[in-house]
Amino acid sequence: MVFEAVTLLDMILTQIDIQQILNMLFYIVFIVFIFYGQRIQMYVMLREVEGSLFKLKYIKDEGRKIAIETIREIGKPQLDPTTRVDRFLEYFTISPQSLDPAGVVWKLEHILDVRDARLKDEVKLMAPSADETQTNNLENTLEAAMALNYIYKVIRHYYLLGKKTLSLYIIMQLQMILPLVMREAEAYASALKAFAYGQPIGDGAGALVAAKLMRGYETRKIPKDCIAASVPIEGRTAFVVKAEGPGGNVGKIGDAIKTIIEENEGKIATIIMIDAAMKLEGEDVGEVAEGVGAAIGGPGVDQFKIEESILKHRIPINAVIIKEDIGDAVSPMRKEIFDAADKAIERVKQVILEKTKEGDKVIIAGVGNTIGIGQ
Amino acid sequence: MSKASSQTTKISSFVLMIIFVTLILSLTALVLALQAFGHDDVAAGYLFLIGFIGVALSTYVLLQTRRRILRLKIVTPSITTIIECKKCGFKSVREFQRGDYIFKEVEPCQKCSDKMLITAIYREVKEKEKEWYSF
Repeated sequence: MVFEAVTLLDMILTQIDIQQILNMLFYIVFIVFIFYGQRIQMYVMLREVEGSLFKLKYIKDEGRKIAIETIREIGKPQLDPTTRVDRFLEYFTISPQSLDPAGVVWKLEHILDVRDARLKDEVKLMAPSADETQTNNLENTLEAAMALNYIYKVIRHYYLLGKKTLSLYIIMQLQMILPLVMREAEAYASALKAFAYGQPIGDGAGALVAAKLMRGYETRKIPKDCIAASVPIEGRTAFVVKAEGPGGNVGKIGDAIKTIIEENEGKIATIIMIDAAMKLEGEDVGEVAEGVGAAIGGPGVDQFKIEESILKHRIPINAVIIKEDIGDAVSPMRKEIFDAADKAIERVKQVILEKTKEGDKVIIAGVGNTIGIGQ
Repeated sequence: MSKASSQTTKISSFVLMIIFVTLILSLTALVLALQAFGHDDVAAGYLFLIGFIGVALSTYVLLQTRRRILRLKIVTPSITTIIECKKCGFKSVREFQRGDYIFKEVEPCQKCSDKMLITAIYREVKEKEKEWYSF
């Protein structure tokens, strides 16, 4: 049988000139590419997006699984939390109308407060046995799962839209931004476990600096969800502020700074804000840099409040940042970032020495999520 | 949930079947080439070519599919907790445990029985290979 097959192949090969076949193949490929080149390219891109979508689906499902398991473990609910978690993952927030921008910050703040209260209530219903710290951590875990769910749905939407309309431009845009989207999704995936276990994350670098400065001094609660301590540094009085830990919490640093300024009737020599900031590719993780301005992220409400307060009293504002990328910001704190806290403290002291005189009052605000960081 | 997750990581049985059929056909072509070698060199050459291309392609696709599954795992980094005694300076390093947080007072010191404090919680990232660019 083997011999017959070889003879048959030999017969075919002797009758057809191989050069002719190759020429014919070349023309066929050439013509096919002239008419269908773009379509082939589109299918290749769609396939690439499909692969990433599979990964996103896996990450999203894992996120949901981790959230449910953590709620069951910590919250000890009597009913199965799955339905509530699924409902939570679909929550949305409508940003305020900004056609007339005057007063939009206060409207945004109100919407965010309502959202925060609503999410906290939901978490308390899902996990009745969780204490304050655990509730905050669970809220952060669910928010990370929510972000993953949203990313997956948006990418799936554009993938299906591109496939339906066969629009090269939709698919091309999607394929081009995918590496950045995947990076963000992977960062949220590693954040999930950090939030679930209450581990400090890279974003907490500013809070860590403040915690190190206020350690050993009497602390008091100030609005909202913040902690302040009066610390003597280089002959000055420093009001060190951070979000109240160790639960996942960013506090309202804007309100806290405003409160301290008002308590001291605006007699503040300078404000120093410490925060984690996005590094550029090529820069080292944990690099410390210094500048001016309100170093605070988020939707902008706190930055607006701080800028309003300092403008009213003409208070200079300085910023010390610890550089890291998006992945480091939401995943468990890297050693380089932890070590950078001491370098940042040195910079803060240097700024105090250079910009203020003995007896002055300064505000030092450690910005960021204080998960896993006490005070 | 776990069903959905396993569906994502599972390789389609149809794809697996195609890969293995191609692999078997390619190996057959190689065997045929070996047998034809000596009495029909041209046919043997073509069979070798087909066989090698087939084996290479199916192995590549199989490895790629396996790599995709490996890529889909969320890696949990190991987190270190450092506990220090402020009185005698005794330092203890252990794996992170749920409930740990920086500046938490924990079990008494083994040396002086004073309360110990968690002073650091971090993850160590292995030093990646040096970047090839010099700017």
